[in-house]
Amino acid sequence: MISQKTTRGLLDKGLKSTVDEACLPVKLAVGHVLDLRDRVDYLFLPRIVSTARKEYICPKFLGFPDMVRHTINNLPPIIDCNFNLYHKGSSSADFYFQVGKFFTRNPAKIIMAYNASKAALDKHNLDMQSDCLPQEHAAEGSADSNGINIAVIGHPYVIYDNYISMNMIKRLRDSGARVLTADHLPESVVREEAYRLPKKLFWTINQRMVGAAYHYFSREDVHGIIHVASFGCGPDSFTGELTERCARNGSNKPMLSLTVDEHTGEAGMVTRLEAFLDMVRWRRNMADAAATL
Amino acid sequence: MRVTYPHMGHMWICIKGMLEYLGVDVVIPPPSSKKTMQLGVKHSPEFACMPLKLNLGNFMEASQMGADTVVMAGGCGPCRFGYYAQVEHAILNDLGYQYQLVVLEPPQKHITELIGKIRYITQNRSWFKVIKGIRLGYLKASAVDKVEQRAYYSRPRELRPGATEQAVKKALAKIVAARTPEEMPAALDAALEIMNGVAVDQHRPVVRIGLVGEIFTLLEPFANMEIERKLGNMGVEVDRSIHLSEWINDHLFMGLIKNERSSKPAQEKGLAYLGHTVGGHGLETVGSTILYAEQGFDGVIQLLPFTCMPEIVAQSILPQVSSDLGIPVMTLIVDEQSGDAGMITRLEAFVDLLTMRGDTPQLKGRNFGVKECPQRIKKEIREGTA
Repeated sequence: MISQKTTRGLLDKGLKSTVDEACLPVKLAVGHVLDLRDRVDYLFLPRIVSTARKEYICPKFLGFPDMVRHTINNLPPIIDCNFNLYHKGSSSADFYFQVGKFFTRNPAKIIMAYNASKAALDKHNLDMQSDCLPQEHAAEGSADSNGINIAVIGHPYVIYDNYISMNMIKRLRDSGARVLTADHLPESVVREEAYRLPKKLFWTINQRMVGAAYHYFSREDVHGIIHVASFGCGPDSFTGELTERCARNGSNKPMLSLTVDEHTGEAGMVTRLEAFLDMVRWRRNMADAAATL
Repeated sequence: MRVTYPHMGHMWICIKGMLEYLGVDVVIPPPSSKKTMQLGVKHSPEFACMPLKLNLGNFMEASQMGADTVVMAGGCGPCRFGYYAQVEHAILNDLGYQYQLVVLEPPQKHITELIGKIRYITQNRSWFKVIKGIRLGYLKASAVDKVEQRAYYSRPRELRPGATEQAVKKALAKIVAARTPEEMPAALDAALEIMNGVAVDQHRPVVRIGLVGEIFTLLEPFANMEIERKLGNMGVEVDRSIHLSEWINDHLFMGLIKNERSSKPAQEKGLAYLGHTVGGHGLETVGSTILYAEQGFDGVIQLLPFTCMPEIVAQSILPQVSSDLGIPVMTLIVDEQSGDAGMITRLEAFVDLLTMRGDTPQLKGRNFGVKECPQRIKKEIREGTA
């Protein structure tokens, strides 16, 4: 059983049980935990320490199971195995076996379950690279080659959440723009671009964001970039700054920087998106006109 | 080459001693002030944590004094500090400052990276001398910490108000003056003698508060608005969970020097509540709180800069620790908007609460610093410090 889609009520619940200073995604995640609390026997809340060597996700991911355990009462037992690939020679198999042991004693079953989920993940990645978004399939993606291409850079759990991103992606599509995100690029491209940074970034998700931003900045067919940060996100404050500096110095593409939090109003977001799209279109027409002269 | 580095409390004493011993030309930025903060805030990302903003301000002020090389520490995450130097350098570059950046951090590929950097700063001095220089730095850090610990004891008990403050100044001057590792023992003795010379009332009842939290806000008096002095004047004996010498020993010498304070016990205690290290000092914050509760402290104050990630994790867990172990915990968050008066009010309220809890009967009914406070605020406003 998974938690419901984000709603106002769910976020409100999360807000009440989290410290004020936590970032929006943490508050939201706590809301989702509260939503599940009374409906399940076990809560699967893995501690995602690191998904690549010498990289972390972020301190709050590292402490999230403990934050939840010590702020919410009457929790069902939590399955909080560590997923850690930080050190040389660490393997994700440990994690799968640890988790699998909660359900079965048969290692073959665990391996089969792992293979099934791996296949699903690979298919998802392929789908994503062929231009569609989570929970869509390759056929549904509507590529309009005449429209404008907008890259949306942000944490996946922010930009794909319809509530806190206020349907940003759908809005962009409805107004005729094709949306590109970091997940539309193969892993290798993103990593290579991120190596242009003076020092390797130790936050995996933000490394992807910066890599994708750099890639899209240098691509001819992308007309504008939207950077979505969530309020209180530590890594975003740094990578947002680096991306912005790149936009200013190394490129002439327009960039819109949006920060979302629990108070963000829908109208404000819509106005900004519309203004940005108008500006991008206007620049594009100017460029086309200049080319025909 | 004129080298500068950011301020973090009394850290400048230790690094200045080390670099000057090695014959490096050092520029120490003016102590962090409102102006430093303004410069930093103006040019740094809005949601960056406060230490970055102050660092940036320090560098800009040092540049006016002729510095051309920045020495910074680095790290490998997940705390944002690991990426400070790179972001600061990008900002300074765009502003047109011509700074050479040297980041001392665990090497990404090979140890030769780090060795090359050290050789660059020390201008190829012999390794024997470099090691002696590092030893001098450590001795100075540890001497400063000893002076501060004496000050924690004497400040709430001093017979003549302000005596401790003067003594600390004199004692630190002795430590700054020592130029070689050989002079250090004598300097330390002289400094401690000055500190012991402060007349104290040994039997005066005091409240004991442990300070935990993020290292920069704990160590830098400008960032924490001199919380140690403020609490001391309210009749509170403080203890800080992190000291510079302890940090150097744990992280740079890998615990080489035995029988010194270490963060190990705090880390082990913290694991009971927080199953994994979260970068920065998040785990130590939780662990130190437990240790303070076990040592019978009256309360704990957690200090953190706004949006500090590891400390937010700790902050979410501390209420549980507090209720399990029965020790009051207050969290103070500082940033460029923090005001002096707000801080004083909160500290007073917290100290009053601890006094009235009645764990220490002899404290009951004592009015801690509340009476003299309005005058002090007025005085500080007059002097422009508030």
